[in-house]
Amino acid sequence: MKPYVRPISAGWWLHRMPYLRFMLREFSAVFIAAYVIIFLVMILRISQGQAAYEAFRADLQSPLAILFHVVALLFALLHTISWFQLTPKAMAVWKGEERVPPAMLIIPNYVAWVVLSGVVAWIVLGG
Amino acid sequence: MANKTSQPTIRLEILRYDPEKDSAPRYQSYEVPFQEEWVVLDAINHIKDQIDGTLTHRWSCRMGVCGSCGMMVNGVAKLGCSAFLRDYYPNPIRVEPLAHFPIIRDLVVQLDGFMAKLQSVQPWIIRKEEKPVEQGEYLQSPAQHARYKDFSMCINCLLCYAACPVTELEPHFLGPAAIALAQRYNLDSRDEGREIRQETVSSHIGIWQCTLVGECSVVCPKHVDPAGAIQQAKLASTMDWYKELLWPWGGKR
Repeated sequence: MKPYVRPISAGWWLHRMPYLRFMLREFSAVFIAAYVIIFLVMILRISQGQAAYEAFRADLQSPLAILFHVVALLFALLHTISWFQLTPKAMAVWKGEERVPPAMLIIPNYVAWVVLSGVVAWIVLGG
Repeated sequence: MANKTSQPTIRLEILRYDPEKDSAPRYQSYEVPFQEEWVVLDAINHIKDQIDGTLTHRWSCRMGVCGSCGMMVNGVAKLGCSAFLRDYYPNPIRVEPLAHFPIIRDLVVQLDGFMAKLQSVQPWIIRKEEKPVEQGEYLQSPAQHARYKDFSMCINCLLCYAACPVTELEPHFLGPAAIALAQRYNLDSRDEGREIRQETVSSHIGIWQCTLVGECSVVCPKHVDPAGAIQQAKLASTMDWYKELLWPWGGKR
């Protein structure tokens, strides 16, 4: 009498919404990596002089490049927000017998995000 | 009072497997009386007692304490005693044995693999040196107790294993409950066994297999938060690594 082992379904992550959300969160890393590569190419082009950089900028204006950036932005937001929300899972901070509420660990992430984005915007926009 | 013929009913589609006759499991449908206060376990007990005595399932306390009646209800890991029929009525309910475990018969799954994993993390208080009984008990403050209390509420119902896709894709993965229980003892002020447990917990079959799907904590009927336990164990292991890197002559704690 052998116990029956159910086969693994390749589409297990399509069967329930939480699994699909998890896969999208993991998949977001692909877009983050692709964006980083484009960013590195941009730095390379800058080092090659103004003509190379202008050509690169012209390439970025193609509909395909714009579409990629919009999709990458959405995945970057999904990636950032979902990991911010998960911070309290990894960090158990205690005050005596009470655990510090999750929101107290999540909010500083958003504050740091806004402050750093502000600094970057200030530098980029020529502050 | 409604007479018997007008009694509303609800259909249960139960995955059946008889190792002596079946080469693969099959679904069998049962029409059971719909009662507002019935849970899925009541319906299954009704089937067993009144309709089909061959149906096999595990159950005991009927009140979410024993952890015996874990099953998949419409694809979600639940205790049969906590899943009310009224939350599904009038739609049929699909009942299957806990996912990711081998099926012994009908709704009964094989737990041997979990038992071995649980034992491998040594979920008991380990002391480097036991103090003699005459020196009294190991005292613990309420704050020290609070650190691990939630992780100690596990009833080994294994809903977390059925909800975790990693336990299916990586069969050697220790899994949510075993790691949560290891963490429960690691956080106990009376325990000194973390370093011993780390050999298993931080190994290739341990915490690093977890990709934080997080469903183990969602389905846990005791709010143990195994996903939290695993991430906190990852953080502690990472801190160990940095401490060793920056302070190699400091020796292991």
